[in-house]
Amino acid sequence: MIKVKINGQEQSWDGDPDLPLLWFLRDEAGLTGTKYGCGQALCGACTVIVDKQAVRACITSINDVAGREVTTIEGLHPNGDHPVQKAWRQVNVPQCGFCQAGQIMQAAALLMDNPKPSHDQIREAMSGNICRCGCYQRIENAVHLASTGV
Amino acid sequence: MNFIDNPRKLRGFEKHIRVEKVSRRSILKGLGVTGGFVLAAPVMSRQALAYETGAGQMPHGVVVDPRVFVSVAPDGIVTIIGHRSEMGTGVRTSLPLIVAEEMEADWSRVKVQQAHGDEVRFGNQDTDGSRSTRHYLMPMRQIGASARTMLEQAAAKRWGVPATEVKAVNHEVVHSASGRKLGFGELAADAAKESVPSIEGLKLKNPKDFRYLGKGQVGIVDLHDITTGKARYGADVRLPGMKYAVIARPPVTGGKLVSFDPEAALKIPGVEKVMQVRGWPWPSKFQPLGGVAVIARNTGAAIKGRDALKLVWDDGPNGKYDSVAYRKELEEASRKPGLVLRKEGDADAALKGADKVIVGEYYVPHLAHVAMEPPVAVANVKGDTAEIWAPVQSPGGTREDVAKTLEIPEGNVTVNVTLLGGGFGRKSKCDFALEAALLSKELGAPVKVQWTREDDLHNGFVHTVSVERIEAGLDKSGKVIAWRHRSVAPSIASTFAAGTVHQAPFEIGMGLVDMPFEIANISCENPEAAAHTRIGWFRSVSNIPRAFAVQSMVGEIAQATGRDQKDMLLELIGSPRIVKPNVKDLWNYGEPQESYPIDTARLRKVVELVAEKGEWGRKVPKGHGLGIAVHRSFVSYIATVVEVAIDDKGKLTVPRVDTAIDCGTYVNPERIASQIEGAAIMGLSLAKYGEITFKDGKVQQKNFDDFQVVRMDDSPVVTNVYIVPPASDTPPSGVGEPGVPPFAPALINAIFAATGKRIRSLPIGKQLEA
Repeated sequence: MIKVKINGQEQSWDGDPDLPLLWFLRDEAGLTGTKYGCGQALCGACTVIVDKQAVRACITSINDVAGREVTTIEGLHPNGDHPVQKAWRQVNVPQCGFCQAGQIMQAAALLMDNPKPSHDQIREAMSGNICRCGCYQRIENAVHLASTGV
Repeated sequence: MNFIDNPRKLRGFEKHIRVEKVSRRSILKGLGVTGGFVLAAPVMSRQALAYETGAGQMPHGVVVDPRVFVSVAPDGIVTIIGHRSEMGTGVRTSLPLIVAEEMEADWSRVKVQQAHGDEVRFGNQDTDGSRSTRHYLMPMRQIGASARTMLEQAAAKRWGVPATEVKAVNHEVVHSASGRKLGFGELAADAAKESVPSIEGLKLKNPKDFRYLGKGQVGIVDLHDITTGKARYGADVRLPGMKYAVIARPPVTGGKLVSFDPEAALKIPGVEKVMQVRGWPWPSKFQPLGGVAVIARNTGAAIKGRDALKLVWDDGPNGKYDSVAYRKELEEASRKPGLVLRKEGDADAALKGADKVIVGEYYVPHLAHVAMEPPVAVANVKGDTAEIWAPVQSPGGTREDVAKTLEIPEGNVTVNVTLLGGGFGRKSKCDFALEAALLSKELGAPVKVQWTREDDLHNGFVHTVSVERIEAGLDKSGKVIAWRHRSVAPSIASTFAAGTVHQAPFEIGMGLVDMPFEIANISCENPEAAAHTRIGWFRSVSNIPRAFAVQSMVGEIAQATGRDQKDMLLELIGSPRIVKPNVKDLWNYGEPQESYPIDTARLRKVVELVAEKGEWGRKVPKGHGLGIAVHRSFVSYIATVVEVAIDDKGKLTVPRVDTAIDCGTYVNPERIASQIEGAAIMGLSLAKYGEITFKDGKVQQKNFDDFQVVRMDDSPVVTNVYIVPPASDTPPSGVGEPGVPPFAPALINAIFAATGKRIRSLPIGKQLEA
């Protein structure tokens, strides 16, 4: 039996220990905010935070996070008012919105590590997250806004 | 079947072959809907509109009825139906916003409800072709004005005053003479009893009184849900007892399953069943390819199970399709005369007599949409009823196709439209929903079919591949006197009809025969090309290769004659006029020429605007260069200036992009800007990296590592968007797609300015490296 804390709640799994965390979250725990985009850690749509680090849930097995604390977009802030989420809304970042949960989690992790990133640091840190709609300019501006106070 | 000779065969086919010959009235009767409930407005009368659009020509036309689109609850909450699919353009916000504007509803008290697929009730729902605002600005205004009128009439009756004395203002109706007021909620029940006013008699608001339209201050309705993970896409639908399916499909278009061994797959924990999926022979529109499905308790197990399947395929007639060899075929075809589609003067003679002939052969390969949400659908089929949840651009078409595929009445099919995690034309094809329907029927349980990214790349409907060969003849003074453009590319029509070798009117009308330059001798030709895979619509479609070729050639002519690119472009566009190409049944994005002519004054204006705002001619650092391009598509006019920087290792970056768009009367400038910003990134992606190649009939790219798209670290640093303020009553035109075509040629022209290298083959790839 694997035990893992997700958004503050204890969850357990006695199935395949190699099951990617992504599919545990989405299909078993019903937390569909974390998205599937590539399955190979190439697009960042499935980004979650594990113990303060941005992690790609599609290549992380449920066993890898046993006993650890996982935060998904649903658990980032109780009212959805994390500074990154607020900045995202102020800048009107999303188009289709599908990649945005992963983008927001990546940005939140970046700001935990580096509260005042430069534009170049933002561009570098966010470059693992693909947005096919092409919202990059706004993502960059929103991360900057979140870092300077929303 | 020759589509070129019979362009009318494709009318209404544009995105589906669905030509409606049945009258609307008979459809209504057939479904037991009473005539009075849905106002018949299939083709809008000229009197009702300042302009006419092609909306009435779309399958099921337009429905203008407030009782279909608007409801007002006793608490005052106004619910407005969004009947188009939201894939990132903001349409789910923009169209209801138009209704709210006209009915004087307060947007903060409006809820948007997504329509299910039902074109008899809602009118055409095909969210493609950059049509939503273009076709629905006026109908949505009329719906809002009708609702407002009904509320005003109800209030006037309540007070016993003439309706002319009352006025709806911000969610209430006021009688200023007596100072009385009634909220929309208080009037809801009475207003519902009022008869729907005639369209012709409606009073529309004066645009100067608009609170929302044209302002860009309203965020999209899904903004909060998107930022909190609550927004529901196709992949997020969960039903009790739902199974998860992943399908192994034939790796080659037209291939078939010979045999399979499920044993190893069935041993994977969580895998419950392995079953064959029915496939249709190629070409068969959007019908499933068939294959083997692995059914599991979660998607992870289904994927692992599929990896363990042993499969034997017969690759069929396309098993030898090879991109390298095919390119040679296209190039050779482009060097010989083809079917002449537009002829003015005598281009052949003029080219022979020209002082100088510039030849450009431009290549754009197959492309994949790679929307961030790969195709996915949930189906629950019970007996002869089916319910679908899917991110589809064509809810009505999906409903029809599910009914046909399951052989059940269309009225028994419910298509719930989720948010789309990107569309770009891929989700105009409902094959994934049909797969889910077939599996659910056989399983007797709800099922979700999830495509992996690899499936998306291997079994999609790729953008065509084309060679565009242009020969421009110049006289001694450097004036262009002849233009011969041959376009060779497999047609989207090949996905519908076997033996297709010519492009369809809607493809040749995208930048080939509608070329707007003022040149005396013009020949536009289409040599034959057969398809060997499924070809489909990709955002902006044939405009991508056409704008790339035509606008690159402008750069080449400027280069050969030592002139400024922008000056050359304006000289070629020529005098302000309406271009009337000598083309039989010219396809104009489905729109009447009277409302949407090819207007070179507007084309010139976006060039001049972007040159001014984008500081054309500004001094740029060493290794930098500026390029410009303009293109009319989806009846909008867009010009782009790109600044590139290329370092001594050939690494390409884009410091700045400036784009000017004239899309006529517009609704939400903030979303227009976001579309154009995104179009620059998609344009850069396809120019820099975009290429799907085939070998032995199979797509060679697997995922985002070998089919790359632009990431933040190589995206343009700044993209500025300028929207041309519309003259009064300029009809609205497309926004979602037109931003893409001019980007690549502007970039390529900028690369030439920076390096002296002329790139004629996309993607750029390693061509700039030493």
